[in-house]
Amino acid sequence: MAEFFAMGGYAAYVWSSYALAALVMVGLLAATLKALRGAETTLKALEGSRPPRRRRQQRNGAAASPAAEVGEG
Amino acid sequence: MHRFANPARFQRLSAVVLPWTAGATVILLIVGLYISLIGSPRDYQQGDTVRIMYIHVPAAWMSLFVYVNMAIAAACGLVWKHPLADLFAKAAAPVGAGFTFICLVTGSLWGAPMWGTWWVWDARLTSVLILFFLYLGYMALVNAFDDPQRGTRAGNVLLLVGIVNVPIIKFSVDWWNTLHQPASVIRMGGPSIDGSMLVPLLVMALGFTTYFVTVVLLRLRAEIVQRKIQTMRLSEAQG
Repeated sequence: MAEFFAMGGYAAYVWSSYALAALVMVGLLAATLKALRGAETTLKALEGSRPPRRRRQQRNGAAASPAAEVGEG
Repeated sequence: MHRFANPARFQRLSAVVLPWTAGATVILLIVGLYISLIGSPRDYQQGDTVRIMYIHVPAAWMSLFVYVNMAIAAACGLVWKHPLADLFAKAAAPVGAGFTFICLVTGSLWGAPMWGTWWVWDARLTSVLILFFLYLGYMALVNAFDDPQRGTRAGNVLLLVGIVNVPIIKFSVDWWNTLHQPASVIRMGGPSIDGSMLVPLLVMALGFTTYFVTVVLLRLRAEIVQRKIQTMRLSEAQG
């Protein structure tokens, strides 16, 4: 196991490469998910804060109504 | 193509595709990491530093692949005013910049022990650095205008001009006598690299590609929601 982590004496170079790639890729994914959640929350609040343009939304049932109540409150 | 230009249809389609690309990314990267770190041999000359290749080379491929895709989207955006094409380029840019950054830094980390230097102004390294600045320049330009339409237009023009850099990167190792080695996988006469090292390379490259697709789909969804918010705010302001 120790031999595996030593990477034949090149541990610093090999492991920093993999760590950097992981950091960048996970970081980008996390930032993306955060932005998506944020935008979806804002959109929900905006949609709830004004009466639905079409009555069709109410027929769709419970899914649309709680958001509307939150927005109005 | 215009069938997919409809944002609502895109949202439905991407919701179906996303779990598959995300799942494929997880599996490919786990398998890829296992065979690149444990299941593949060390190089007889380079020792274990050869394992840096399984990050460095796929990241380099992705940096070009993403750029070419963005440039194609830019052309579609300019010619056909395709709304999703503009959003695609904007969504893909940070991912492409990320891969280029990974490529540059891992190249440095590989060069230090093997070449004896962190950086040289060799044609390959310099042209990839320019690619990195093209990504950053595009992202800055797109966000520099109050009117998002003008921003994406300017950005699209930059992407199309910058495409000249792509063949320069690809052929820099053949045109100039550089420290960076020439291509050993995508070359005439087939790959000159052994299968035990080619397989982890390709699995990682595939994993990076599905990662790119996943993140871009998520970013596109966010961009579309953002556009919706903008139009709602605008119509509210106008009464």
